[in-house]
Amino acid sequence: MNSSVTSVSPSPPADTSAVTVSKPSAWKRIKRDKWMLLMMLPGILVFILFKYVPMFGIIVAFQNFKPYLGVLKSPWVGFKHFQTFFADESFFRLFSNTLIFGVLNLVFAFPLPIIVALMLNEIRAEWYKRVIQTFIYIPHFISWVVVAALTVSFFGTQDGIVNSLLGTNTNFLANPATFRAEIVLQGIWKGTGWGTIIYLAALSGVDPQLYEAAQIDGANRWQQMWHVTLPAIRGTIVILLILHMGRFLDVGFEQLLLMINPLVQNVGDVYETYVYDIGVTHGQLSYSTAVGLFKSVISLILILATNKISTALGEEGLF
Amino acid sequence: MTSKKTKYRGENIAMQKRHWKYWKYSVGSVTFDVINILLLLAFGLVCLLPFLFVIAASFSNPTELLKYKFFLWPKGFTLDSYKYVLFTTDSVGRSLLVSVIMTILGTAISMAVTSMMAYPLAHSNVFGFKPIMKMVTITLVFGGGMIPTYLTIGAYGMLDSYASILLPGAVSASSLIVFISFFRSLPKELEEAAKIDGCNDFGIFIKIVLPTSTALLATFTLLFAVGNWNAWFNYILYINDSTKWPVQVILRTMLSTSNSAIGDSLMMGEDYVPPQDVVRYCTIVIATAPILVVYPFLQKYFTKGIMIGSVKG
Repeated sequence: MNSSVTSVSPSPPADTSAVTVSKPSAWKRIKRDKWMLLMMLPGILVFILFKYVPMFGIIVAFQNFKPYLGVLKSPWVGFKHFQTFFADESFFRLFSNTLIFGVLNLVFAFPLPIIVALMLNEIRAEWYKRVIQTFIYIPHFISWVVVAALTVSFFGTQDGIVNSLLGTNTNFLANPATFRAEIVLQGIWKGTGWGTIIYLAALSGVDPQLYEAAQIDGANRWQQMWHVTLPAIRGTIVILLILHMGRFLDVGFEQLLLMINPLVQNVGDVYETYVYDIGVTHGQLSYSTAVGLFKSVISLILILATNKISTALGEEGLF
Repeated sequence: MTSKKTKYRGENIAMQKRHWKYWKYSVGSVTFDVINILLLLAFGLVCLLPFLFVIAASFSNPTELLKYKFFLWPKGFTLDSYKYVLFTTDSVGRSLLVSVIMTILGTAISMAVTSMMAYPLAHSNVFGFKPIMKMVTITLVFGGGMIPTYLTIGAYGMLDSYASILLPGAVSASSLIVFISFFRSLPKELEEAAKIDGCNDFGIFIKIVLPTSTALLATFTLLFAVGNWNAWFNYILYINDSTKWPVQVILRTMLSTSNSAIGDSLMMGEDYVPPQDVVRYCTIVIATAPILVVYPFLQKYFTKGIMIGSVKG
């Protein structure tokens, strides 16, 4: 942490004979920092009112919450909702769907930015590299709603462009066998280009002399990639992999909520879509809070564990 | 925390060009180059062409669309579809206004609240530094979740009001942390000189800190603006009244409706009703246009790796 003292204390401590400068009293510090505190006030209020009060709202997971009774008067039921959820068939369905999406993302979506970055690194014409980068970053900035609308426009049944080009009427988006692949592909389309940036930044730090030296030593393209380029981004790959594992359960909620339909609900439902459906649409507020809490706790454990691993490896943690 | 961010800041990443002067021609190498160039071109086009098609189709005569199916330049150029979408029906036009206003308001509020909270926290001796930082970082990894937040917003009586969108999103831990480490990296001498001149902390912030932070402010204004423009989920969660929806949420309603009754009627005198897919194309273009307009700036600020560490998150 930065320890430089920037705010000059208006009144030095009374006991000047002390060798170590003692901290001014709390009241004096509040007076000294009054402008600072006023500036922070709106932000602190937002954190308290919209981040911390909802955390206390989690207690409805242990109640039979009735909106007309309120949080304080609703009857307590202990872990009943959790027991119901663990015994419910949806528990296994949500768990396996999340796991399958997580594994598919890890196997297909995670390595692709690395591969594309390596490919871009092998392009010798700078202008071509820049043009391709300009194209492949676009989807990152587009909203999920637009991505979903484009998907429907191209793969929809009635007026889908692919169907009208092929002269077929296939319902691509309502096929349980291909739904997961579509979701992963959609994520790849949106995220791969942008994902290359962090690797390209790491690659731009490679000393060009390393390549020259390798070339003089007679290394071919593959050998250069293997012995110069890959070692340069190995650290970045490890860190991003760890961060990725920490967010393993976060499998594109916005995306799924937009793309899911009753025909593919079984293969596409994950915790958040389930919470939204049960809680907001069907009004089972306590039960859905319990489901959401279960997911948050598992996520928290994953993040803390991966953070520990990353600090153990000598890298700076997430926080 | 401090050193992590500086590692990613743009100025530290010297853009060194890879030298190719010792590169030798060989069959394998050339084959690799050709395949590499073509694969990247294919990926680039897959990212770009959907937009070009939708833009072209939205300006085209719907009958031409039925005939040609896929093209990248308008066929039978017409603005009728846009006229219908924006003026004949009122939902898209009104939602566009909502999007513009909410983007401006949301961005302004986020910038003000985030920067004002970050500046004091850039001084680790400020009163309450440790508990406040702890309070902020906890929210990085844990939150109340969708339903408790929804109930809280409801308890505040903010459902169906724009406050439910603007206030909870006013500040987030991740952007706040980037702001803090940026302010921390500014030279302290200016601040101290102003302090001696009798300027209070708020005056220093306004007169000295903000003018020297234009890179940060520009980047995050864009980032927040894009985020606000693209937002949709909080609206469907908190706002029931469809007349208050932004264009993204209106576009979402066009995903599932299979109302072919509208789709069949093409051109009937003055009551021109474009087919449903063309209405969707126009709305996609309207919902994307501002992003594409600021895209060159987005690229400039974000792709040079100015704050990759944060933008990634």
